[in-house]
Order: sequence, then C-alpha cells, then structure tokens
Amino acid sequence: MNEQLTTPERRKERIDRGIKVRTEGIYAISSWQEVAYLVLPRLVLIVGILLLPLLMPSLYWGRVISIVGIYVLLALGFDFLAHYVGLVSLGGAFFIGVGGYLAAILNKSLGLPPALTLPMATVGGALICTLLLLPALPLRGVYFAIVTLMYPLALMRIIEALNILGGTDGILGVASFPYRWLEQYLILVIVIVALFGLRRLVNEDIGLVFRGVKDNDQAVRASGLSITLYKAIGVFIASGLGSLGGAYLSHIYMWSGISQFALDFSVIPIAATVIGGGGTLVGPLLGCFILVPLSEFLRAFGTLRIVIYAVILVVFIMFRSEGIMVYAQRKYHQFERWVKV
Amino acid sequence: MDILIYGIINSFSLALMAIGFTLVYGISRLPNFAHGALYVVTGFGVWWFLNKLHLSYIVAIPLALVLMGLIGAAIYRFVLIRVRGMATSEIIATYALGLAVLEFLRWRGFRGMTYRLPVFVEGSITIGGVPVDLQRVVVVGIGIVVVTFMWLFTHYNKTGLALRGMAQDEHAAMMLGIDSDWMAVIAMGMGSILAGLSAIALLPLGNIVVEAGYNVLILSIAVCIVGGLGSWVGAIIASFMIGFLQIITVAYIQSHFHMVVALLAIIITLILKPSGLFGRQKELEERV
Repeated sequence: MNEQLTTPERRKERIDRGIKVRTEGIYAISSWQEVAYLVLPRLVLIVGILLLPLLMPSLYWGRVISIVGIYVLLALGFDFLAHYVGLVSLGGAFFIGVGGYLAAILNKSLGLPPALTLPMATVGGALICTLLLLPALPLRGVYFAIVTLMYPLALMRIIEALNILGGTDGILGVASFPYRWLEQYLILVIVIVALFGLRRLVNEDIGLVFRGVKDNDQAVRASGLSITLYKAIGVFIASGLGSLGGAYLSHIYMWSGISQFALDFSVIPIAATVIGGGGTLVGPLLGCFILVPLSEFLRAFGTLRIVIYAVILVVFIMFRSEGIMVYAQRKYHQFERWVKV
Repeated sequence: MDILIYGIINSFSLALMAIGFTLVYGISRLPNFAHGALYVVTGFGVWWFLNKLHLSYIVAIPLALVLMGLIGAAIYRFVLIRVRGMATSEIIATYALGLAVLEFLRWRGFRGMTYRLPVFVEGSITIGGVPVDLQRVVVVGIGIVVVTFMWLFTHYNKTGLALRGMAQDEHAAMMLGIDSDWMAVIAMGMGSILAGLSAIALLPLGNIVVEAGYNVLILSIAVCIVGGLGSWVGAIIASFMIGFLQIITVAYIQSHFHMVVALLAIIITLILKPSGLFGRQKELEERV
C-alpha cells in the first residue's frame, strides 16, 4: 500500500475506463484505438504462445514448452473447478495418471496412433475420473478435496502392490509424435482453444449455473436443476483437460508410469492458479509459464522444488491472494487519480 | 484370537491418529491437511532430541509435545487466521504447509532404516496364546487414557465445554463470550499435541519415514469420514471398524490391501451415509 493513500487530504480514486459499459464483458466501441485496446492483450497472448517454439528452438526448451502446456491444461481445470464450480481438487495427478495410463494402454494393446488415443483418453479419462469422484459430488464442504487427495496416492499404491499395468516400471514403448513441430504446436493450440473455450463457457448460461452451484446451491436446486449433475459436468470438463494432458505426457515421454501420479502434478497447478490469479483463467496460464521453467532450473534440488512451491503458495495465499492477473486487469481496465477529500 | 487382539491394537492406533484431526475439524471446521506432517515432525523431533542433543527419553517426549502444541497454535495464529472462512484457501494453505514440511524432510534425506525411536518397554507378553510386544500394549493404554481424558475434558472442563460449544454453534458461542479465534488456537494446539502423542506412541513400532505422513493423513481422514466429520464418538467407533477390517483383510486377503480398505471405507460411506455414522449434528448442512 502506498503511504500517500492514507493521508487525510487526498486519496486515490479508481475509475473504469469509458469503454466499459456497466458490467464486465460489455463494451462500447467507437474507434480503432478502442478495438485495439480490447484485442491487443488477447493477440499478444496468442501470438506470444505460438511464437514460443520458434524463439526457443532447442530440443530441451521445446520439451519444457510442451510440459508447460500440460500444466496449463491442469491449471485451467483447477481454476475452473475451484472458482466457477466451487470444488477444490487436490489431485491433478489423478487426472494426469488416468489419462496417461489410458493412452498408453490404448496405444500398446490396441495399437492405436496418437491421433486416436488422445481424444479417446480425454473422453475415457474424464468418464473414469468423473465416475470415481461421483460419490463426493452430492456433498458440500471438504469431501471433494479429501477424495481427490486420496486417489492418486491410493492408485499409486495399488499399482505398486498388485504389480498391474507394468508395476513400478510402467508401460514402456508408447508411440511418440511423428514430427517434433507437431508435438509442440498441437499442445499450444489445444491450450489456446481450452483457454478461450472455457472463458466462453463460463459466460454462457451453463456457466451461470456453475457459478450458482458455487455461490448458492439451494437457488440452483430451487430452479429445478440437479446440483450433482452440474458438478459432474464441471468435473468432467476439468478431468478431461487433465486426462488430455496425461495422454500427451505419455506420448511425449513414450512411457507411462506411477510417477504420473506424483505430487508435482497436484501442486504446481494450484500454485500457478494462486500466483496467476484465481478465477481469471488467464492467470493460471501465466502462473504455469512462470513456475514450470523455474521448476526446470530447480530440477537438481529434487523434492525441494515441491517445498518451494508450497512455501510460495502459502505466502501468496496469505498476503497476495488476488494474484498477478487480477492486479494486472485492474490496472489495465481502470485508471487512478488523486482526489481531494 | 490373533485377529481380535491385533484388531484392538490397530483400532487404538487409528483412534490415536484420528482424534487430533477430528478435534480441529470439529471445532473450527478446518480440515487440517498438515496433520500427517505434524505426526512425522514429532517423530523426527524426538529422534533429534535423543540422538543429537542426547536428552533422556523422559525429557524429550514432553519437550516435543509442548513444541508441537506451540507449532500448531502458531500455524493457526499466523497462517490460518488470515484465510479463515475461505474454504478454498483453508484447504490449499494447510495442504501446502503439510507438503512443504514433508517434502523438506524427504529432501533432507530423512528416510531409510536409520531413524528409529526406542520402545518404551522392552519385551513381550502372551495374551490368550498370542505374543504381543509390550509397546503395543502401551499403545492401547495410551489410547484408552487419551480417549478418557478427551471425554472428561470436553464434559467437565470450562475450556472443553467452550470448545464443544464452538463446535455446535459458533455464533451462539461467541454471544456467550467465547473467543472464537482463541478457541481455535487452543484446538489447533491440542490437535497438534495429539498428533505428536500418537507419533510418539506408534513410531517405535517401525521406522520413521516421510510416507507415514501421507498414510496417517489418509487414515485419519478415513476414520473421521466414516465416523462423521467432527464427531468424536463416531471417530472412535469408526477406528474400531476400520481397524478390524484392515486386520481381517491382511489376515485373509493380502497385506497390500491395507490402504485400499481406508479408501473403500470413505467411498462407501459417502455413497451410503455421507454424514458418517454419528455426524447427525451437521447432516443438513453438509448434504446438498
């Protein structure tokens, strides 16, 4: 906080720019500048994402970009669930693991190419995750968080103990993508589509119902809509995104194993969302682009990385819970001036 | 006979683990996902006192417990108080704290056979033809003492009654002059002490490993959900159910399914009776 803010003579006043009409998302456009004002941020984002593989052509960073894309999908799913449907998922690794194993099995035992396994693993993984999480959906409170926390840990144990699905070695020899550029651009395009698709979705009618489920579920129920059904749809979307990421991961590394249930996949999306700004959907993307490369630099430190994320997470949630994007949007859409009190 | 005796022992272990979690949740509606971390930290704390500072066992245990109480109170006072009431942030904050602690310990290399606590009493006795380590008998003893103490504390002590008042209706309790934040600090401190106590009682039976943090968290959550979140009687009965089920699975099916029992117990409870066996009090609030 600025210390001038608290002086008794003057204070800072925040005013929406004139282009904004009444509410979020409705604008009165009267000139090319104003079109640019609205389009530019989105354009910068899209072009920036698409240019990344060209700017960082090395094999290593190309791989990192793909991994970032996978984390972005997870983080989008987390943000969507947490801030639009009101379900906190602590088990991103669960979605990744289910999608990854499914893609590997489809590829290895049925011999399907990635072009088929990716969509099938997405839908199939989403179905499996939604079905497994269904018992926790009719309930309010912490049950969903608890159950999502338990699944990845339990599945890891079960696979290890029963030695099914390749046991601790995992499933080796999954087909990779035919071209390197395809591997990179496919995930980036998916990320962009998912981001703008979700942004559109939450402003549609169904998005309103989702928010209703989060804020006042009795009102949704009074309208004759099933809360459980809408929560299930929300979980289906989020787990589909996660499963797609998992399937992608399997194909990139040509391998699927229990480390896909590792904690990284659960923590980084949450940290990215909190840092980037929950509820904006762009924020998690930004957070992933900050955190995942950082994670690559810290690879030598082993599990200390998770400690660092967790500490960042706690600090952000305590002191800066709004996140980067909310702050940036406020600065962009409003101007400030001093007024005499 | 094996099953009966080891079932009872296992049940008391579960009850010991879970009672701290259910105390915190019952009073401040705060799911303490750092519970497992507190458990493991106590283990390493005592180990450190014994082997690095060369304190005697009798000194190390109370010291560790007091320290855990302070840590728990500090976590609430400095971290959780800021996010109180925001369910998403509460969950993320406690989860992140627990994760930070556990993964830090893992990074420092606290794993393997080297980290053991000595048992309280050596030797074993035979009960009904089954040899039992004395340490396990001690676990049952501590379990009984803790459960009795908690019951007496919450029924005949002013602070305990205030805690129960908070658990039942926070606003009404505040109107009667009970400081809600202070009570939550006490609850969190006591919860941590209980987590520490269970660690001290149970860890001499095996090695201190970081994984135990996650296991303890899952088991205590399972017990709490089956018994009804926040219900103490329910938690104790549920720990007997899960405890015996686990021993029966290990005896008749396979020891790997130990953990699956806990998961299945949660899922089945959520499907059949989501409020748990004794969660009647908050049933209407939690069911949509």
